[in-house]
Amino acid sequence: MEINPNTPYNKITIGGNICEAGNAKNFKTGDWRSVAPKWIEENCKQCGLCFPVCPEDAIPVTKEQKRTDYDYDACKGCGICAKVCPFKAIEMKEE
Amino acid sequence: MSIRERLSGNEATALGMKQINPDVVAAFPITPSTEIPQYFSTFVSNGSVDTEFVAVESEHSAMSACIGAEAAGARAMTATSSNGLALMWEMVNIASSLRLPIVMALVNRAISGPLNIHCDHSDAMGVRDAGWIMLFSENNQEAYDNLIMAHRIAEHKEVLLPLMVCQDGFITSHSIENIELIEDDKVKAFVGKYEPKDYLLNKKNPLSIGPLDLQAYLFEHKAAEADAMRNAKKVILEVADDFEKLTGRKYSFFEEYKLEDAEVAIICMNSTAGTAKATVDELRDKGVKVGLLKLRVFRPFPAEEIANAIAHLKAVAILDRADSLNAVGGVLFQDITSALYVNNKNVKAVNYIYGIGGRDTKMDDLEKVYNDLLEIKDSENKVENPYRYLGLRKED
Repeated sequence: MEINPNTPYNKITIGGNICEAGNAKNFKTGDWRSVAPKWIEENCKQCGLCFPVCPEDAIPVTKEQKRTDYDYDACKGCGICAKVCPFKAIEMKEE
Repeated sequence: MSIRERLSGNEATALGMKQINPDVVAAFPITPSTEIPQYFSTFVSNGSVDTEFVAVESEHSAMSACIGAEAAGARAMTATSSNGLALMWEMVNIASSLRLPIVMALVNRAISGPLNIHCDHSDAMGVRDAGWIMLFSENNQEAYDNLIMAHRIAEHKEVLLPLMVCQDGFITSHSIENIELIEDDKVKAFVGKYEPKDYLLNKKNPLSIGPLDLQAYLFEHKAAEADAMRNAKKVILEVADDFEKLTGRKYSFFEEYKLEDAEVAIICMNSTAGTAKATVDELRDKGVKVGLLKLRVFRPFPAEEIANAIAHLKAVAILDRADSLNAVGGVLFQDITSALYVNNKNVKAVNYIYGIGGRDTKMDDLEKVYNDLLEIKDSENKVENPYRYLGLRKED
């Protein structure tokens, strides 16, 4: 059942119940961000320290275990990735 | 054949719970409701119910455990009084907003402070708009009957709201009176099996409850909850009809006692209605046309029905057993005067705050109210001092 900010009150599930599984991905936590990480690819050594510490799984990783650019729909801008990066390959910038 | 017994209000409530045989009871003892979980826990120990009894460490936890149980798909009940309900307050609102039809026995007692263990309705009035259906009971029979009807109302698919059955602390809860009980199998058939549509332990349909509900949604969810409270009016009457077929005992939103041809009347709830009936009888014997409206269903509030039922009166006294410290009278007075105004009925109304902290309200007191009403009825002017006290000591 699709519920969105246009759903009328008499068509909505009671108490905000979510009556199906696997839909956390539809919730865009990226809206909460005030600072955003910027990936500086030329500094990145693909050391693999950043993506395991991301609480939102916002750093997509290829099958070859190489990170790619951020999923900004999920990234809340917490800055943990920038803290763990030893190579100045991630900078936090105000949006 | 029904069973004739002699029981206190607390015994009748515990026995009703035994017949309902809920899946979970979570409760914490507090005077004067303590006996309810106490008696019920003996039923659990004796194996006469299948209920999981959770001896929690506070009333906040009692309501939390009921919420968890009900959300999981179980039928959950609790009992409390006074500050126990106050401590539950946070979870009382969660229960209704999650639309969980938990049933509570509330044995009315004054909210502290200063500390008092006796009856008034300040505990119930503290949760009056928290999304719970609230039924009031004149005596042990009504406390029992309301409880037997409770789940059918609360669990109805167009309602799905929690429900509390109120009775007066000590006055009703600890007084032994005659009572007619319904046979166990008939109660079981009447109450029925709890079959929630969505519940957490249903592995076929995963469910999340109580998610974050920000600007785009909370308004809509509250409006849906308000609709459910409106829907409850119809369901309450349907269940009362079925109950009458089963027992012969008739229930509605309120009881009209010699109201039809009355010129003046009292409106009140719970045990005081019994005293008021005796007072009405005494005054009727002297030829005075007085009546009573005893409110049973306080939430949802049957505003239009009350306004129509009292429209013919020349004056009405609304008795509140809880003061509202707001300089404009008690809750019942505000609700009923609002109902009159909105329904374009003009009846002179006066408010009496009475019975606070278990202060006894006798027939003499109520006779004084009726005499005041007869004076108000004949006066050309607006009601002098509409916010009054009954039985308060005061030096003029």
